[in-house]
Amino acid sequence: MPADRIDIRHVARLARLALTDDEIATFGPQLGSLMTHVDALAQLDTENVPATAQVIPSRNVQRGDALRPATMLTREAALQNAPQAQAGYFRVPRIIAEEG
Amino acid sequence: MSTTNPVILSSSKDDVVLTPELLAKYEPVIGIECHVELKTVSKMFCGCPNAFGGEPNTKVCPVCLALPGALPVPNAAAIEHMIRAGLAFGATIPPHSKFDRKNYFYPDMPKNYQISQYDMPLTVGGVVRYWLDDGRRGECRLTRIHLEEDTGKSTHVGSTDGRLAASTSSLVDFNRAGVPLMECVSEPDIRSADEAVAYLETLARTFRELGVSDVKMEEGSLRCDANVSIRLRGATEYGTKAEIKNMNSFRSVRRAIESEIARQIQVVESGGRVIQETRGWDEAAGTTHSQRSKEQAHDYRYFPDPDLVPIDVSADDVARVRATLVETPYERYVRYVDTYGIDTKRATQLVDDHVLAAWFDAAVAASNNALATVAFVLGDLARLANESGTHVAQGKVTPAALAELVGLTQSNAINSKGAKQVLETLWTDGGSAQAIVEREGLAQVSDRGAVEAIVDEVLAANPKVVDDYRAGKTNVLGFLTGAVMKASRGKANPALAQDLLKEKLSSA
Amino acid sequence: MDPIHDSARALARAVNARDASAAEIAEALIPHAARADAQLAAYLELTPELMRAQARRVDERVAAGESLPLAGVPLAIKDNMCVLGTRTTAGSKILENFVAPYTATAVQRLLDAGALPVGKTNLDEFAMGSSGENSAYALTKNPYDLDRVPGGSSAGSAAAVGGFAATVSLGSDTGGSIREPAAFCNVVGFKPTYGRVSRYGLIAFASSLDQIGPFARSVEDAALVYDVMAGKDPLDATSVDRAVEPTAGHLREDLRGVKVGIVKEFDLAKLDPAVRACYEAAYADLERLGAELVEVTLPTADYGVATYYLIAPAECSSNLARFDGVRYGLRVDGPDVGAMYERTRAAGFGPEVKRRILIGTYALSSGYYDAYYLKAQKARTRFAEDFARAFERCDVIASPAASTTAFKFNAKSDPLAMYLMDYYTIPVSLAGLPSLSVPCGAAVPDDGTRPMPLGLQLATPLFTERALLGYAHAYERATQHAQKLTPPETANA
Ligand SMILES: [Zn+2]
Repeated sequence: MPADRIDIRHVARLARLALTDDEIATFGPQLGSLMTHVDALAQLDTENVPATAQVIPSRNVQRGDALRPATMLTREAALQNAPQAQAGYFRVPRIIAEEG
Repeated sequence: MSTTNPVILSSSKDDVVLTPELLAKYEPVIGIECHVELKTVSKMFCGCPNAFGGEPNTKVCPVCLALPGALPVPNAAAIEHMIRAGLAFGATIPPHSKFDRKNYFYPDMPKNYQISQYDMPLTVGGVVRYWLDDGRRGECRLTRIHLEEDTGKSTHVGSTDGRLAASTSSLVDFNRAGVPLMECVSEPDIRSADEAVAYLETLARTFRELGVSDVKMEEGSLRCDANVSIRLRGATEYGTKAEIKNMNSFRSVRRAIESEIARQIQVVESGGRVIQETRGWDEAAGTTHSQRSKEQAHDYRYFPDPDLVPIDVSADDVARVRATLVETPYERYVRYVDTYGIDTKRATQLVDDHVLAAWFDAAVAASNNALATVAFVLGDLARLANESGTHVAQGKVTPAALAELVGLTQSNAINSKGAKQVLETLWTDGGSAQAIVEREGLAQVSDRGAVEAIVDEVLAANPKVVDDYRAGKTNVLGFLTGAVMKASRGKANPALAQDLLKEKLSSA
Repeated sequence: MDPIHDSARALARAVNARDASAAEIAEALIPHAARADAQLAAYLELTPELMRAQARRVDERVAAGESLPLAGVPLAIKDNMCVLGTRTTAGSKILENFVAPYTATAVQRLLDAGALPVGKTNLDEFAMGSSGENSAYALTKNPYDLDRVPGGSSAGSAAAVGGFAATVSLGSDTGGSIREPAAFCNVVGFKPTYGRVSRYGLIAFASSLDQIGPFARSVEDAALVYDVMAGKDPLDATSVDRAVEPTAGHLREDLRGVKVGIVKEFDLAKLDPAVRACYEAAYADLERLGAELVEVTLPTADYGVATYYLIAPAECSSNLARFDGVRYGLRVDGPDVGAMYERTRAAGFGPEVKRRILIGTYALSSGYYDAYYLKAQKARTRFAEDFARAFERCDVIASPAASTTAFKFNAKSDPLAMYLMDYYTIPVSLAGLPSLSVPCGAAVPDDGTRPMPLGLQLATPLFTERALLGYAHAYERATQHAQKLTPPETANA
């Protein structure tokens, strides 16, 4: 199985990870060999088998529509870890294009 | 297109003049996706308040700020709102539903994924029936309505006009992050900008009526995107669509869609091809501009949110919500127009104020005369309410009292002037119309002998006018009628007074 | 009372009886933990001030007549759990200066029950690793041989308890992160049923697999900690609303009549002879104690690692998207927000985390979802079915917790080889079963001279924690393996 089966640059772009050329050279074969191992899964018969997203049988776990002031943060606490804050806002570098 | 004037696209070098004939050659095909913030006490997945405004970052907690380790727990009321909204449009409520993650990075989205619904939405199908200002009616099928969470808000700073392109940085407020949002996706059944607006207005009216959303456009609680394509009239294949984003009022929806239809016709007429892309509406420029082509489309990597468990909706749950449903605004509109014979404009005016409409319905139930009732409600009563800055439903006039007043005018017990006076007294003091009529002696005098005596008095006092009439100047009849009314202190039945005047003037 | 070596049960009993104070336990532990940690590097941060303040509160409550199940019990907390006011890093540079503004539910319940927080322990970055070597900050040593790994990802929590630098600790287990280091450090490591313990405040790695659980030097102590923190939390939708039977004090003492399943596919012949001999002896002990060994089959066993390394990275790729330099943690600036994201994440995440984010992003991406992520979810159903079928024939499944003893630092450089370390623990995790590792002896590794501990993994059906802990307790009582081996350097530090 070729090590370059994964377009690492494209995947890294989706994951917003800047990779160095060295990293690409290292990760490529590593991910390639893992995916080769994973390919064995194709042999496992899952015809008519439902997917399991959660092993527990819970359904409809919801909360009533009520405020929970005890878990709310003061603005000071909300911003305490902010790399940059300004006038009560989180400040970020300019946004180039709408990504939504 | 609502306009019949030619549209000229000034941005193009070789302008194609879009004559009505050219516009008629193409049929626009439009589908709408709109996001509506739900009305709840708390946010979708945490116990922070769902309230507009406030100092930035003061309605936040570890969950809606996406702090490490925080987990979402869904708001049951939001899920019930969805079922209610779906049922109001005749949607199917599937027995199983779930939440998925939609992955993309954006600074005002704290987790860098949005909890949404991908392949198992809470409601599927349904039809939105709407009407236009000219009374025409239409319908648009719903594909689905799904539940998701809103993002925070970024403000772009460093540029003079607040626009993104020239900004140096952005400031982010997460007060709105995590507010419950329903996304209504329509089928491409809409054929004009007017229909698009009518569709959206009906959605908004319905959500307000159901209490699932306040739909305050100015607070951004309804936002929509439109998929627009054109095809030759009579064609059955769809054309390539462009997705128009960033329309934040009904006015901009109309303008943006009209502009986009014109642009596409222009492209095709000048030999080009419409490409699949996302286009942003620029309110100031009045045009759409390309944002992203299909090749740059996102790979959202949807997958079931492992922090949440599936939703099962039982037939009992559906029945319980269904039992709480009332007449929809569309049904009410149809009743007003088709059953009551109220004109489109006034029917719409009533439907648009569902509190007033409910008040009106109560009054009609008692008066059994919708047309006379609507004349009062949207006429003198609306004026009185307006003058005092309150709502009709909050005033002292009860629907029963108005119905009584309608009865008194219909039976000629009082005349219109008297009715006006009674209504004013009702507005200030409340009480019963009949009692006011009696107390203030406003009962109309329809007794022939009594009115005849006054007519005789008036004729005797105005011999010159009587001569004029007989000389052919019949328009003095109005003056004489007025004189009779005045002499009776407004209580004489005006029709009877006029009949008697004519009778006496033409005899002799 | 011996604050360093006594069991949690004994310490709590002494404090509640006012034979000892939480304050004196804290004052003994604080210098001792610091000394032990100079060798072990189990802690990323010791929290003596918090510990003293908490000890005062505990003493006041006890003085006021309360009896607290964990009164005065020194507790180490894995640093992927938020504790109000503490630096909480998850072993990652990207959270280097993050101070948690809230406390994880599981931790809060232990504090409310009287536990004393000794500090925050080292871990593989974001709990991704099987050796502890992936931490951005420190290399935690195995208390039984300082040249060897403690196992991972709950490296510091296992080493702290194994090295007597805490009485009990909290770890988190996604594919074996409690059970494997427990085996390596000669302690009991217990992963409850998925959903039994709230994950609120646990920094997520793979949400559908992550589960908090205790490390202790006895099954009884692990049960004591579990009893306090298990149960529904309204802040975690995946925490299960189901009555929790108390376990501590209710554990069976023998294995008579118990059917122990031995998995056919878990072939001991593949193991190093010394390791194999240890496990064969463990199985023989079970039989000697009255259990009946029955062979069961897990046809999916060999697909565990493949299934796990699709599901866990997929979830992690999404869970770790929030580390973006906007609201907290590291930021490396850039000309625009996109560049800031890419630079921050490049500088903040270590290679293993990057690898898993890449695998997960790929497995979820357009065109691959069905072949990878969906396929893995279907495989997951097969694991649950296989175990359900196996439990028709037995009460508990026994297997190795790890295929080797603790290895030397840098011994495994190939990621896939490291992933295969979790061969025995992963299938149990995929099925969400309650499971633990209990010390079962030792083996001298090829590249060493000193015997290194091994752990026996036991697993039972969903929500049968009391039974599981009971089997382990009976085995532990009869074999006393934990006591037979003591850490050479730190035991009497
Ligand atoms: Zn919140």
